[in-house]
Amino acid sequence: MSLIAKLTEKSWEPAHTGVMHAGPGQPQTSKKIALGIFMVIISVLFTLFFLTFITHSQYPGFQALAAEPWSPFYNTGRLWMNTALLVGASVAIHAALISARRGAQGPTLIALVITLFFSAQFVIAQIWLWRHLTGMGYGFTTNPANSYFYLLSAIHALHLLGGVAVLVRATWLNWQGTALARSAQSIKLCASYWHYLLALWLVLFALMTASPETYNTIAALCGLEVDL
Amino acid sequence: MNHIAFADQPQESMHHPQGFFSKYVWSLDHKVIAIQYGVTAIMVGVLALVLSGLMRLQLGFPDTFSFINPNTYLQFMTMHGMIMVVYLLTALLLGGFGNYLIPLMVGTRDMVFPYLNMLSYWTYLLSVIVLMASFFVPGGATGAGWTLYPPHTLLPGTPGHELGIIMMLVSLGIFIVAFTMGGLNYVTTILQARTKGMSLMRMPLTLWGIFTASLMGLLAFPALLVAAIMMMLDKLAGTSFFMPALMSMGEAIDHSGGSPLLYQHLFWFFGHPEVYIVALPAFGMVSDVLATHARKNIFGYRMMVWAIVIIGGLSFVVWAHHMYVSGMNLSFGFFFATTTLIIAIPTAIKVYNWVLTLWRGNLHMTVPMLFAIGFIFTFTHGGLSGLFLGNVAIDVPLADTYFVVAHFHMVMGVSTVMVLFAAIYHWYPLISGRMFNTALGKWHFWVTFVGTYTTFLPMHYLGFLGLPRRYFSMGEAAYVPESAHSLNAGISISAIIVMLAQLLFIANVIWSLKKGPRAGHNPWGATSLEWQTPDVPPKHGNWGEKVPEVHRWAYDYSVPGVKADFIPQNMPSEAVEMEDDSPQGERS
Repeated sequence: MSLIAKLTEKSWEPAHTGVMHAGPGQPQTSKKIALGIFMVIISVLFTLFFLTFITHSQYPGFQALAAEPWSPFYNTGRLWMNTALLVGASVAIHAALISARRGAQGPTLIALVITLFFSAQFVIAQIWLWRHLTGMGYGFTTNPANSYFYLLSAIHALHLLGGVAVLVRATWLNWQGTALARSAQSIKLCASYWHYLLALWLVLFALMTASPETYNTIAALCGLEVDL
Repeated sequence: MNHIAFADQPQESMHHPQGFFSKYVWSLDHKVIAIQYGVTAIMVGVLALVLSGLMRLQLGFPDTFSFINPNTYLQFMTMHGMIMVVYLLTALLLGGFGNYLIPLMVGTRDMVFPYLNMLSYWTYLLSVIVLMASFFVPGGATGAGWTLYPPHTLLPGTPGHELGIIMMLVSLGIFIVAFTMGGLNYVTTILQARTKGMSLMRMPLTLWGIFTASLMGLLAFPALLVAAIMMMLDKLAGTSFFMPALMSMGEAIDHSGGSPLLYQHLFWFFGHPEVYIVALPAFGMVSDVLATHARKNIFGYRMMVWAIVIIGGLSFVVWAHHMYVSGMNLSFGFFFATTTLIIAIPTAIKVYNWVLTLWRGNLHMTVPMLFAIGFIFTFTHGGLSGLFLGNVAIDVPLADTYFVVAHFHMVMGVSTVMVLFAAIYHWYPLISGRMFNTALGKWHFWVTFVGTYTTFLPMHYLGFLGLPRRYFSMGEAAYVPESAHSLNAGISISAIIVMLAQLLFIANVIWSLKKGPRAGHNPWGATSLEWQTPDVPPKHGNWGEKVPEVHRWAYDYSVPGVKADFIPQNMPSEAVEMEDDSPQGERS
């Protein structure tokens, strides 16, 4: 039944005796819904950060990280390398899901371990990138653009680490030989989350490496340009 | 069996906790968690009430109490506001009533994620402990006002600008984590665990209010989290997200380039929906209390549902009406005034429908009913003063005066508390298995109802005079006549009487737990599922052997031709006893 039909139901009519709702849904669907809502919450969180970033980009003194040839993100090589690690994690977890659905425990376990490895590598590479930036004189407080990069990439990494904690449990269950059907359900949720975090990172990447003109255009579209 | 959600488990497979700790402390039972939330929220709310009493002592009788100085006054004010809005109202309405009522009203055994539910309470408790600890750190709690606007919040001159504000921000962050865990549970349980036959449009309005408010909370609290994280970094790491370059105490501060206005936008993007996060569950609960005690179906059920959803949606596009005096573009002011006034339409529909529910109803003037009717008065009153403040031209001269204080206390303080009392008295027999003392309850109502009017009505007048809010003392200003000082003293006396009247409530609740007459099964003759449990109070697992099946909506009261004046939701048509002279099926 469509949502409109549900919301226009005349539940008070006495003739209305047919049972329309079949009863509780499956536990797996509950988890899927909860994860979906959780990803919406994270999206709201990052959207708000992005909007404040765009507003800040309109203030004098804001130095975009890819504005000039000597700016740290003018050359995006390091960022692409980190992105490749996260893509690797995403591909690996998808492979784990496919293996789990086929009932192949060994390949599932290997793919899960590879996912964990790539995810940990990504976090380490991000820390390495921060050290590199700091070394170049782009410290946390030297400019709002820098502050945003450190802050947003750290919050992104924290969300990834939260996922890693859940995935470690799923991997452990797999190792213990828990029924693959059950393990596949957990892996499916983790895979959705990993793909989501990859997409989020790509948006973050695009935003941090955009030119000042792009910021001005987004600000104008959002009504955030500041006349000073 | 451990991979089957708790809500779906048959009674015989459920693990019933035996020990004291697993039953009452680390409990996974939604009812115990609800009571834990409720008791913690009420305790912290009593503290906030005492803080307001101290503020009123200072305002009514300046220079009398040496222990209240400008700094402590600001701290009392800040903590009063923050505790009342976030730690009492949000926690009690959603954590308390949401937890207790959702599984019972949808006809399931527990929340879909019981462990997460327990974690939510303990995280909430941690946030309360951190908040309380902020009173005792060097410099004391923050005194920046509950909105915590930068830059003054972080600058010397504001009490608690060192450790107090850090504790406040940490506590808010923890609270948001707790709320997210709880909110995910409430929304998913309502979507997923409804029993057979409980379609969305058969749900009691209480559930619609809690559902919409939980969704709103999940989307609005991130704005506060973003603001809190960025302010924390400004404070601790020296970033300049919100802190502009300025001189403080004769010296340039270490920040530059931040935007205090950005904070205001973030704060109110959370802050305004927060008003409705608190109000919508109250709207839902008062609807159910009114229908039950008027023995009449709620007027315009479908419209009531839509109004809740529309108010929820609109509340995200009105936030900047809190910022008319921040120097915003005039066309923004026009936009936000328009959206604000549009909210009055669904809100007015709700008020009319409550009144029309009472119209020609068989009114039982019980204590919950008195509080529910009291709510219609206070809410209409507060809502109407909101129409004044929603207009830019009227808001500008009234901004930051006592008119604003009077408005928001009537609309989201007193009104919501009226519903909370209505709800506590209404569901007390279910929760405790005992009836409360009616005489004490009626005394409590009348003193509270009349007292809140004598407290907040004169504040509108003080606002018109231009008396600013948040001032420790009005001093000798030409525009403050002597009568304003007398009025202030009167307000304080009435506020303290209202405060003391709450002792009647606390005494009633505690006394009735042991000495109140046994409530028995469904003492109000209500239709909704929570009253149809085999045991009162409901036992662990709620429904005994079999979860109920729903056959009708939640408002079959005084149905023509039917013998009883209510038909429970779980009663099939063939079991409904008709009056002798009424043929079956004529009840439409």
